Amino acid sequence: MKDKLKFAAFLAAWMALSVATIGAMGAVVWSSFNAEQKAAVGDALISQIGLIIILGVLVVAGLGFILQALFNVYIAPPKRLAEGTQVIVTANPSHRVQPEGSAELKALAGVINALAERYEAMQQDVEAKISEAKRTVEEEKDRLAALMSELTQSVIVCNLEGRILLYNAMARQLLSRSGETPSAGLVGLGRSIFGIIDRSLVSHGLETLHDRLGAGGSRPVAQFVATTTAGQLIRAQMAPVISGAGEITGYVLILDDIRRSVEVSSRRDQLLQSLTEGSRSALANIRAAVETLQGFPDMEPARQRRFIQVIGEEVHGMSQRLDEVVNQHADTLKTQWPLEDMLGGDLVAAARRRIERRVGIPTKADEVESPLWLKVDSYSLIQSLTYLASRLHEEFLVREVRFRLTTSGRHAQLDLGWTGATLSSQTILSWEDEPMILGGEASPLTLKDVMERHGGEIWFQVEKASHRSYFRLLLPLTQPEEAAFPLAAAHDSRPEYYDFDLFSQPGQTPELDNRKLSELTYTVFDTETTGLEPSNGDEIISVGAVRIVNNRLLQQEAFDQLVDPRRKMSKESIKITGIEPAMLEGQPTIDKVLPAFHRFCEDTVLVAHNAAFDMRFLQLKENTTGIRFSQPVLDTLLLSAVIHPNLNSHKLEAIAERLGVNVLGRHTALGDAFVTGEVFLKMVPLLAERGIVTLKDAREAAQKTYYARIDY
Amino acid sequence: MSKRVLIADDEPNIVMSLEFLMQRAGYQVQVAGNGEDALRMATDGHPDLMLLDVMLPKMSGYEVCQKVRADPGCGNVRIIMLTAKGRDTEVAKGLAIGADAYVTKPFSTKDLLAQVKQILGEGE
Repeated sequence: MKDKLKFAAFLAAWMALSVATIGAMGAVVWSSFNAEQKAAVGDALISQIGLIIILGVLVVAGLGFILQALFNVYIAPPKRLAEGTQVIVTANPSHRVQPEGSAELKALAGVINALAERYEAMQQDVEAKISEAKRTVEEEKDRLAALMSELTQSVIVCNLEGRILLYNAMARQLLSRSGETPSAGLVGLGRSIFGIIDRSLVSHGLETLHDRLGAGGSRPVAQFVATTTAGQLIRAQMAPVISGAGEITGYVLILDDIRRSVEVSSRRDQLLQSLTEGSRSALANIRAAVETLQGFPDMEPARQRRFIQVIGEEVHGMSQRLDEVVNQHADTLKTQWPLEDMLGGDLVAAARRRIERRVGIPTKADEVESPLWLKVDSYSLIQSLTYLASRLHEEFLVREVRFRLTTSGRHAQLDLGWTGATLSSQTILSWEDEPMILGGEASPLTLKDVMERHGGEIWFQVEKASHRSYFRLLLPLTQPEEAAFPLAAAHDSRPEYYDFDLFSQPGQTPELDNRKLSELTYTVFDTETTGLEPSNGDEIISVGAVRIVNNRLLQQEAFDQLVDPRRKMSKESIKITGIEPAMLEGQPTIDKVLPAFHRFCEDTVLVAHNAAFDMRFLQLKENTTGIRFSQPVLDTLLLSAVIHPNLNSHKLEAIAERLGVNVLGRHTALGDAFVTGEVFLKMVPLLAERGIVTLKDAREAAQKTYYARIDY
Repeated sequence: MSKRVLIADDEPNIVMSLEFLMQRAGYQVQVAGNGEDALRMATDGHPDLMLLDVMLPKMSGYEVCQKVRADPGCGNVRIIMLTAKGRDTEVAKGLAIGADAYVTKPFSTKDLLAQVKQILGEGE
């Protein structure tokens, strides 16, 4: 179309030029005439005017036709050829060009078509290979996911940074079973495992895996017991995810809630202990008294009566104690920690490394029997050994410690020795009873607790001949068990929760500003309130939030919590939100909800529609709750104004309609958060079209818009 | 001269039997009701033998035992530790820190007496 226009314009210009040239020539000739000549020629021309006009038109038309023919043969076909080739390259490889125009052009078209043939075949081949590879990967992913969902164990896979790449429904169920604060979704893709399990325990496990892998173990598994932040007692089995190059790139955690089983067995133990050990003294007293009475029948009656009285007292006491034990043993429980099997050599090696690193003194292993399997809680035990070494170093200037590990009957003797300083029993006693402090970190345990936990003993001894002192730890021995990884059969069930792309995702925290919007993790949230004026005492009554990880809105990972505002709701608010005051009774108050919400948002960028309003409510609570939301915030209202600066309405419904997002469940906090999240996801590519790619770009663009100047 | 036995136990009901038993066997008997008294009486009086309970008020039997062993004047004091806890780790600990014998409650008075005699070098 454009070309035709161009051609018409060219043609018109050409003709105008021709007419002008002839006109000019005529004018020059005309001006050279005298008056008579002018009159004669003028008359002659006028008499022949019809013929002149016809000839003129014929000439112009003829020229036009010649030009058109030239255009059709030499200009148009190469252009079409170029466009056709463009189509092949960019859009449709099976498109072919039409041979036309001159013989040379037709030949060229033939060659292009032949090239396109080759190109298409190659493309098809590549695509077939890609889709084949994709299908295999998808199949594997599905198989894995199905496997995960069938497992009765709770499984979480993390990368080395501790970010969660995969979890199954059981894990989520297990870890959300907290009696604590509301719906804090601690398990989530891209979230940190350290929000659930103490970082030092996980590091300890990883260290163990490294050691065992380094020692040539083919399928190393580490175990530890942890109290979750929600207060559950879980046993974790940890297996490494190993890359092709043999490096550990992450780990699989299999978790069991052992609180119940520990409680039960601990209660049983307690009962057994109070019935055996608690009765020993009394029985000893009775037995001694009875045997004395039997052995000395000549005893004077007064003494005899006293012995019989002792028997009476003790029997009575025992019955009473039995009753007490049965009634009270549940209240005096001490948690018993399950112990793991560990090779003695590993324990000594780990303890030596820890001491060298933390205390900064050299260590030696004098004699380590091998293989010697211990049943220990390696974490607390290594902590104890490090603690002892550090106190020896600090208080008695011990400059080197030595280890020795030998068997003695059913136990292992682990000696921590040094030369020089001997300790008073007073010192030992206080070391045993004080909470262990290591590098400024206080452990809730004492050395005594740790030994009790192991059913072991510790004492101080001096080897007189060599002037060597040592602590001897008596620890339980065990037969090694193959720590097998449980596997279940695959089924055709639907995939679970995974995102392996996170394996390659770097840490979220530093330099968020320069990261691409499409790479960030977001918490999209919304609040419902009693009214519109937070500074006049209006309060939050509902918080809803969803997460966006790797450009996906994660439906399962939502935060949805009603809040008791501790004040009356306005009629409008009841109407808008549909939340009746009765629904808020018994709900947690904001000072309980905000900490949970804060954890839900950890390490993410906040997104809200008209964020300034919601942030204002949150900020007003900073002083009373001590919770600060210092994350970057993006506002979909402002971003909409960036994308469509000429449109008037930037209400959530209007934007949603514009961007083709279904609006469901509006005016519930979670419903609005979902809509806002969908809207935001649609906005990311639109922003990119405007050159707004990073978080920084987006924040700056939003600030510049008119709406940013409105103060709420 | 008859040998002297120090009974260190805070339960009068067992002390009564032990005291009677030891007296009838011809020993001079002293009684200490807590760990500190036991240590003082041992280091001052150098008894020939101590019947030392592990669970003593003020100072544990282990500590008393270690301190007695550390006192050069008490080199000849024999120690039999008594305990209501029957775990073998404790037996190992007791013997390691210097007890001559370790007896778990409840015990046979006859066996105890035999052990006392044997340790004092009076056994048959």
